[in-house]
Amino acid sequence: MPQMHLCSVRALVPLGEGEKRGFFSLLLEGCGLPDWTPGQFVMLRPESWSRELPWARPFSIGRWDGNGLEIFFQVVGRGTSLLAGLRPGESVRIFGPLGQGFAREENKPVLLLAGGMGIAPFAGYIPRRAGAPNLRLCFGHRAPLACYPYAALAGNCLSEHFPDERPGDLPSFLRRMEELLAGNAREEGLVLACGPVPFLRAVRDLSLKHGARTQISLENRMACGLGVCLGCVVKPLMDDKGRNRSRQPVPPALEQGLPVPVCSCGPVFWADAVELDA
Amino acid sequence: MGKLAVNIPWSGGEFRLNNPVLAASGTFGYGVEFASYGPLEALGGLVTKGLSLRPMPGNPMPRIAETPCGMLNSIGLQNCGLERFMREYLPRLPRNGPKIIANIYARNLADFSELAATLSRAPGVAALEVNISCPNVEAGGLLFGQEARAAAGVTAAVKKFSGDLPVLVKLTPNVTDITEIARACADAGADMLSCINTLSGMGVDVRSRRFLLARRIGGLSGAAVKPVALRCVWQVAQAVSIPVIGVGGIYTAEDILEFILVGAWAVQIGTANFSRPDRIFALPAELSALMDELDIASCAAFRGTLA
Ligand SMILES: Cc1cc2nc3c(=O)[nH]c(=O)nc-3n(C[C@H](O)[C@H](O)[C@H](O)COP(=O)(O)OP(=O)(O)OC[C@H]3O[C@@H](n4cnc5c(N)ncnc54)[C@H](O)[C@@H]3O)c2cc1C
Ligand SMILES: Cc1cc2nc3c(=O)[nH]c(=O)nc-3n(C[C@H](O)[C@H](O)[C@H](O)COP(=O)(O)O)c2cc1C
Ligand code: FES
Repeated sequence: MPQMHLCSVRALVPLGEGEKRGFFSLLLEGCGLPDWTPGQFVMLRPESWSRELPWARPFSIGRWDGNGLEIFFQVVGRGTSLLAGLRPGESVRIFGPLGQGFAREENKPVLLLAGGMGIAPFAGYIPRRAGAPNLRLCFGHRAPLACYPYAALAGNCLSEHFPDERPGDLPSFLRRMEELLAGNAREEGLVLACGPVPFLRAVRDLSLKHGARTQISLENRMACGLGVCLGCVVKPLMDDKGRNRSRQPVPPALEQGLPVPVCSCGPVFWADAVELDA
Repeated sequence: MGKLAVNIPWSGGEFRLNNPVLAASGTFGYGVEFASYGPLEALGGLVTKGLSLRPMPGNPMPRIAETPCGMLNSIGLQNCGLERFMREYLPRLPRNGPKIIANIYARNLADFSELAATLSRAPGVAALEVNISCPNVEAGGLLFGQEARAAAGVTAAVKKFSGDLPVLVKLTPNVTDITEIARACADAGADMLSCINTLSGMGVDVRSRRFLLARRIGGLSGAAVKPVALRCVWQVAQAVSIPVIGVGGIYTAEDILEFILVGAWAVQIGTANFSRPDRIFALPAELSALMDELDIASCAAFRGTLA
């Protein structure tokens, strides 16, 4: 069950030259120890935030164990700028774990595709399957590699990364993704992807082309995180008969045709179950 | 906490609340979503998400944006429709705790009547709240809430079919004179008035040169609107003799007392639920403590005592 936790900042660590670029690891302590699934997230709001910023912010669970909760974030706006100024000992409220995480198919080959900070949920996923022979990570990034929690993960799976610095970098990343994805599809494995929407669209298109079974994690703007404001919704993809088009079994909410909250029905969806093009 | 209890008089008797703290429509789901953050029994009541006769998909995305001390929304009243509500949600609503108030919305009087008729027989529903004030559905509520005759027409239509349930009419602040609409609804038989729904607003992004909401214009809520809500509640409480429920930007026990001071019988908490889903559950106790500190014997004793 998701719950409210009042925690305190144990450490805020800039990643790489992250201070300048705005990439951080935030470690919180005193946040209990719930059952959680990689791909789930928390809503986070420092106690010091006034009514000026009414919403909590959603972040993927990077790690949540006896040592506390770790999230990885990038500064993109006013909320994350304020998070970058947190000091050790400051109080932060989080509620979670929230949403539906990634499928757990322990015996299948799993291909993880991450774009930028979309690597964050895989920080929670990879350690749980550390050493599995058929776990692969393919990571595309704009900022220097050290800005992301990549090095620590790379040791636990087959991994490769593609900086996006010059023209031509992106196409070669996409080509490699396609190769890996086609291979995974041939072995009837599972593909998990997280990153910006254009990246997810590319992953979805390649998955359709090669018949890969792919889950994507969406990062829509969220206010409540609990499925009540209906601000974060995504449209399900329906067929002529009014059934969800996905070839995978989907939860009942996705069969009803109305937009569904990403926070409670997702953030993880089968790539062929929801509309990414709106 | 006897001093928090409020007995709201209406034509059919008394609408009794354990305390004046209710959850506002569209911000609290059906209550169950908040059950792991606090005891629903601690609340005086909760207003469910706006319900229409048939399912509605709502507006295109993005349909929410955070603004300083508030937020804009143009959800467009997405909801599952009356039939599925009766079948799936109604049985899950919390019983024997908070009063359940069903919020309804329609585009014509016939639909309003049908919603009222069905819900008035629904087990567990204690009152109806009529949304005549939705600023963000193109073909909708705007008409009813911004024109006295239309507002009176809806009120009368719902009252006719509401059976034993009290009817709250929820007013929009997006009018020239809110007291004119309030009087029209009161004269048409409304049992209580809820003030206020969201304020019409807009946001843009200078970097992308885009509107923040796909629908461009949306409804502003949150702390930013509290002074407007307070003014509306005060004006309406002066203008009509039926009880007024305050809503708009309420976060704290002190905010609640401000609304009671200007004449509200109870209050609804909306956007504040998003900052902290456990917050609303603490408000009744905090209100009680603040009343002790200020030597206020009961809500009734403090109501409308503005010097
Ligand atoms: C389930 C989920 C998991 C997430 N996990 C992570 C994570 O692990 N690490 C991380 O760095 N970020 C993550 N995000 C994104 C993060 O929540 C946003 O970057 C953050 O809320 C922005 O807040 P802000 O106040 O700084 O930006 P704002 O000032 O609110 O907005 C700045 C810009 O960011 C956009 N934005 C606002 N909210 C979001 C959002 N939820 N997603 C994407 N863009 C947004 C705005 O449209 C705007 O362009 C996640 C989002 C979701 C929904
Ligand atoms: C996301 C959202 C959805 C809402 N949905 C409804 C609704 O369905 N029916 C309704 O009458 N009011 C709705 N409202 C208005 C609120 O109930 C309330 O009147 C308004 O937000 C002002 O109160 P607040 O500042 O405490 O949020 C909604 C508000 C928000 C923010
Ligand atoms: S953020 Fe409110 S429904 Fe998802």
